[in-house]
Formats: sequence, C-alpha cells, structure tokens
Amino acid sequence: MTRKKASKKKGKTSSPSRSKSKKAKKSATKKATKKSAAKKTTSRKKTTTSKQPPKKKLGSLELDKETLLGMHDLMVKSRKLEERMIQIYKRGDAYFWIGAPGEEAFGVALGMQIQKGQGPEYDYSHLHYRCTPTLIAMGMEMEPAIRLIMNKATDPCTGGRNFSNHYCFPEWNIVPVTSPIEVQYSAAIGTAIAQRRRGNKGISIVSGGDAGTAEGDFASSLIWSSRPGFELPMYITVQNNRWGISTDYGSQHGEKYIADRGRAFGMRTGYYNGNDPIETYLAIQDDMYYIRRNGLPVLAEFEVSRLYGHSSASGANPTGDVCCIELFEDKLLRHGILTKELIKERHDQYQEEARSVAEKVRTEADPQADTIWDNVWVDNENADWRKF
Amino acid sequence: MANMAQAIRMALHVGETQLGVTDIFGQDVGMPLGGVFTATQGLENTWNAPLDERGIVGAAIGLGLAGDRAVAEIQFCDYIFNTIDLLKMAGNTYWATNGNYNLPITLMTPVGAGIRGSIYHSHSFDAWASRLPGWKVVMPSNALDAYGLLISAIKDPNPVMFLKPKALLRVRGEELIPGEPESEKELKAMIDAPIGDRSNWKAKWPNTEIYEVPIGQGKVTREGTDATIVTYGRHVLMANTVADRMRDQGRSIEVIDLRSIYPYDWSLIKSSISKTGRVLFLNEDTEVTNFAEHLVYRCTQELFYELMARPRVLAGKNLPGIGLHANLEENSVPQERDIERELSELLEEVP
Repeated sequence: MTRKKASKKKGKTSSPSRSKSKKAKKSATKKATKKSAAKKTTSRKKTTTSKQPPKKKLGSLELDKETLLGMHDLMVKSRKLEERMIQIYKRGDAYFWIGAPGEEAFGVALGMQIQKGQGPEYDYSHLHYRCTPTLIAMGMEMEPAIRLIMNKATDPCTGGRNFSNHYCFPEWNIVPVTSPIEVQYSAAIGTAIAQRRRGNKGISIVSGGDAGTAEGDFASSLIWSSRPGFELPMYITVQNNRWGISTDYGSQHGEKYIADRGRAFGMRTGYYNGNDPIETYLAIQDDMYYIRRNGLPVLAEFEVSRLYGHSSASGANPTGDVCCIELFEDKLLRHGILTKELIKERHDQYQEEARSVAEKVRTEADPQADTIWDNVWVDNENADWRKF
Repeated sequence: MANMAQAIRMALHVGETQLGVTDIFGQDVGMPLGGVFTATQGLENTWNAPLDERGIVGAAIGLGLAGDRAVAEIQFCDYIFNTIDLLKMAGNTYWATNGNYNLPITLMTPVGAGIRGSIYHSHSFDAWASRLPGWKVVMPSNALDAYGLLISAIKDPNPVMFLKPKALLRVRGEELIPGEPESEKELKAMIDAPIGDRSNWKAKWPNTEIYEVPIGQGKVTREGTDATIVTYGRHVLMANTVADRMRDQGRSIEVIDLRSIYPYDWSLIKSSISKTGRVLFLNEDTEVTNFAEHLVYRCTQELFYELMARPRVLAGKNLPGIGLHANLEENSVPQERDIERELSELLEEVP
C-alpha cells in the first residue's frame, strides 16, 4: 500500500461528550456508575463506528468464543494482581504502588497481539507504568510483578531498584519502563529505525497517558515516524484516562482528540473506546496489520478508566470510574458466553493466586546493601570512584 | 598530519566498516554538509535528523536497546540541555534494569570556547557530564587521541560521551594515526569533500588501523617535578605552552592530559602530585561545582600530607554566558596568562 492510499484510509476522530469531573460526581454509587457507563459506552459506539475502516463493525462480538473467554481470563487475572499489589502497599509491604486497574481492556488486547521475542525481528514494547495487563497477556506470571513491587532481590526487572509496574523483559523486547513521562516516545524512534532497516515485520509499540502528550517527546515521535521516505513502523498509542495525576484533561488540552495531532503528519489515526476489549482488540489488530504491511506509523487513542487514582500517592482508593471488566462480563453474560458461576470462579481463583504468591514472595530475600555498585557499567569496572 | 575533524571522520569510518556502527546521525551530520565542523563528511551510515535534540538522544537510546551501534551528535553542547533527563535515563538504564539492558551508544558534541562563539556556542559540558553516572566521558586534546578515544567509545558496551573541543577541530596533530598518509595534501584529497557540488563525490579512505586509547587512561604530556597541571581538551595545549615557557625560566611543570573525565586516571594524578606536591586543576567549565573540585576534594583526602601548597582550581568564571567580544571571552575562560599567574602563586607558596 502506498503512503497516499494509506492516508485515504485515515479515519476521522470524534470526541467524548463529557468531562471527567462531571462523570466522577455522577458515579458516587455503584448504581450511578453503571448508568454512567452505559451512557458512555453508547456514546462511544456512535463516535467510533463512523471513523473506523469499513471492514470491521466494531463493538459487536466479532471475536470467537475462545478469544473472548481468554481475554476475560487475562483481564481478571491482571485486575486481581493489581488489587493485591494495592493491598501489599497498604499493608506496608511496599513503598509505592502505581498500576493499571481500569486499563485491562486495552492492555490485554494489546498484549495478546504483540509478537514477542528478542531482537528487532520481533515487536518492541515501550510501555508506561500501567502495563501489567499487557504483560499478563504476554504470559507474565504474578511472581515478577509482586517481586518488583516488594523490591525483592529476586525481582527480575530491576533487582529491587524500582517501582511497581516498571517492568523490563529483554526476552520479550519489553524495554525498561521509566518514571519520566513520555520519554518512551523518543526511545521508540530508535527501535523502529532498527526494525525499518531490517525490513521485517517487527514494529515498535509505544504507550502512554494523555497528560504526557504535552511533552515534546510525543511530538518527536510524530515527526520522526512520518519523515517522507523514512517512515517508521511505529504504533503510537495513547491511553486517555482524562487525568494527569490530579489535573483533568479538559483544563489543559484544547485539542478535541489527541489522535487528531497525527493527522497533521499524514498518518493514520484512530480514536477508540478503550473500555471495550472487543473494539480495542479489533482496532489493534487492524492497526498492527496496517503497520506491518506498509511500514507506516499509526497514532491511536484509547479512552480508558482510572479505577484507583494515579497511584498510592493519591491513596490508591476506588474512583468509581467505569469498570471495563464489569462491562465486558455483562456483555458476555448477555450473549451466553460466560456464566455467573464461571465469573465468580475466575475472580476467586486469581484472588487466591495473588494472595498466595504475595505470601510466598514476602519470604524471599531483600537486596543486599553492597549491591548498589552492581551494574553501573557493563562488567562493573571502576563503578566506585574510590576504587579507581 | 590529520586535524582533529579528519581524525574523527577516520575513526567513524573504521567504526562503520569494522566495528558495526549502524547509524551516525544528528542535525546536518549527513551529506551534503557532513557536520558543521565537517567531522562526518563522506561516511556511509550518516544521516540528517530533525532539529530535535530529544529525538536524537531518544533515537540513540532506542537503537542501543535494539543492539545497534549508534553514534549520535548534538551539534553544539549548548543545545544539549533539553535532553538532560534522557541522558540521565541512558546513564541509568543498565543499573535500573539490574543489568538487563545495556546501551552501547556514543554521543558526540562540540564543547568549549575559543572560536568566538558567543553565548550559545561556547558552553562547556564536562562538569555537567561528570554528574551523569553510568556514562563514560572523554575529551581528546589532539587528533591521534581523538581517533583512539572515539574507537574506544564505539567499542564500549556503555554509553560514552565524546566531547569535542571545538577550538581544536582544525588543529593538526603531531603524531600520525596508524595507516594515515604522511602527506596532508594527500589525506585532504582523499577524505575532504570538495567545495560546491558534492553529489558524486566519494571519500577514499586510508587504511587506518584500529587504534584505541583506553578509556580511563590519562597521559603525561610534559614531565616535571615542581608542580602538576591536570587538564584536558584545548587547555592541554595552553598548559603545555605555559610549561615550556616556564621551563625556560627554570621551573619544571608536569602536565597531565586526563583524556577521560569519567572514569578518570587517579593513579596517574596521584603519582604526579606525590612527586610535585603542588597541583593546579585546569578546565574551562564554570568554576562553581566544577568537576575539578571533586579532584581537589580527593586530593586533600588522600594526599593532604604530601601537599606543599593548597591545590588550585582554575576554571571558567561562574557567569551565565561567554560574551562575544574577545575581551569578554578571554576574561571568562582561562588563558595562558591566567595559568601562568596561578602557577607562579602555586610555586611560591610556602607550606
């Protein structure tokens, strides 16, 4: 497909119709939350169907039963893990929690479709600190996440050096998650250049929040990925939960959609209901196919929820926001794909798994103080100036 | 003899043909210009980047994560400051991931005054760079060392910052690079792009060898017994000149070209100061929280009872910028007269 043709397929984006603060007030009770969720979902269907490539009718149950059940399973597993990690923090077994409850629909749909492996022939994932669902969908068990949040010596990602959700798995091209907002959008340029050079089907996926798109790195990713004749296979995604810690999106962003910013660069853009795992899965599938086939970038925005605030810094308490798992379960129940018994069974199963893993990890060794000089440089030569 | 820009070019050629360098990029790095100081002319793997320093450093990080070998350039260090958090990230990637990911990247940037570069083409970055743990930081003072340090930087599995003393980029070396033609004219004809249309021009590279200056290893450029000057970059040349002049006056000054700012060659510094008992640390970055102050600290901690005089730091004045007029620039960063004055005081001090 030529670049020109690709541009023709570019969809228009449309806007969510309410502000987060108004919605939050409406969702003070569970009943009210469900009502709000239904309204939100309906409005999104209207907005998203008009801008999608015509070959998919999004929002319906177009996925097979096995995939749907698999998605649900992974979403519940991720949620129970995150809820356990919040408990771990609240019990004093971790200094800090930041994570992904509310982003399971997007994260799982993404993780299920990443071509995992090591090296440029596979996909690179430049994720941010709400990526547990993606890792769970890729096959991560609960232990690494809990070792990370508990800062254990056994933490395979950082050796007890970093916060929760700051994953790093070279064997899957999960490059280090960092705390600075949006730097991953700059780094993704480099892995995409490496992939473009090789001409294989590997792509560079980058994810981040809406607030971070104000950083220059976001603009860098748009500019660098769309240079004429040097376009990059980048999947630039934004998970818009309409919050930057305590600052709401509407008070800081004049653009109707973040995704619209990609249109100035002639790239394909999309705006999706990230609380609908089916719509999200199909959108990602379509976008990834387009990027792999054409070697061109895509900017996709997914509206998601933030169920427990920004992090433990804001208390990690429920926000009453729309729950993508509840919505999905309602839908699957209506279509007879899930039963209430199976839902309960899964929730109980993963809750227990998370509990038992946490208990096991709690007994594992802490990092030794004298390891601070380890891995400053490769081979650890001259790391401590006192020993030069 | 090659000048420093030519030496850098030849090292990059060796890098891309023998050491796996995949990308040499930055603003104006590719053809037709080949760098504002011509240090990247005629190379195969160069390309021009958007005027986006964060994108340049980010792309280098990403290439390193993918296992490719990138040499990126920030056109002047004066414009590197908006990348500080990315530099910090590059420096901590190996440590923060407990050894999961290393970044084999080289970042080049011209530094320092001496070309009448005004406020935004005269900055130094050595003191800033020394506060980026996880990076190695080098700065050559001559063409041969530029060649050898850059090859070492390219081969290193860690991020290495290659600071180019811009005032020396046109200065010819005194030693041949192994494999370099002896005739300057011949070398110029081979690797300097012609003026005008360059669309069909191709460099003819001399068969230079892989010559390495080990990172962390300094060099004595003048031997002496009365006092030690520890410096790097263009101030090595000034220190050598002053040492030669003072030798005529009967004073014996040792000059150490540190070459690597971090990790630095403490054993060389220590042995020299133990011999002379007097030391001047010299560079042109601003004087407050200057890297030399760390060396003075270590000097007083480990060599206090061997010192015959207070150790000195002579550095750039702590000003917001360097004024364009010669009177302003020369009163802002150390000149030969300043070095001579400091040395005289150092030598005259009685313990």
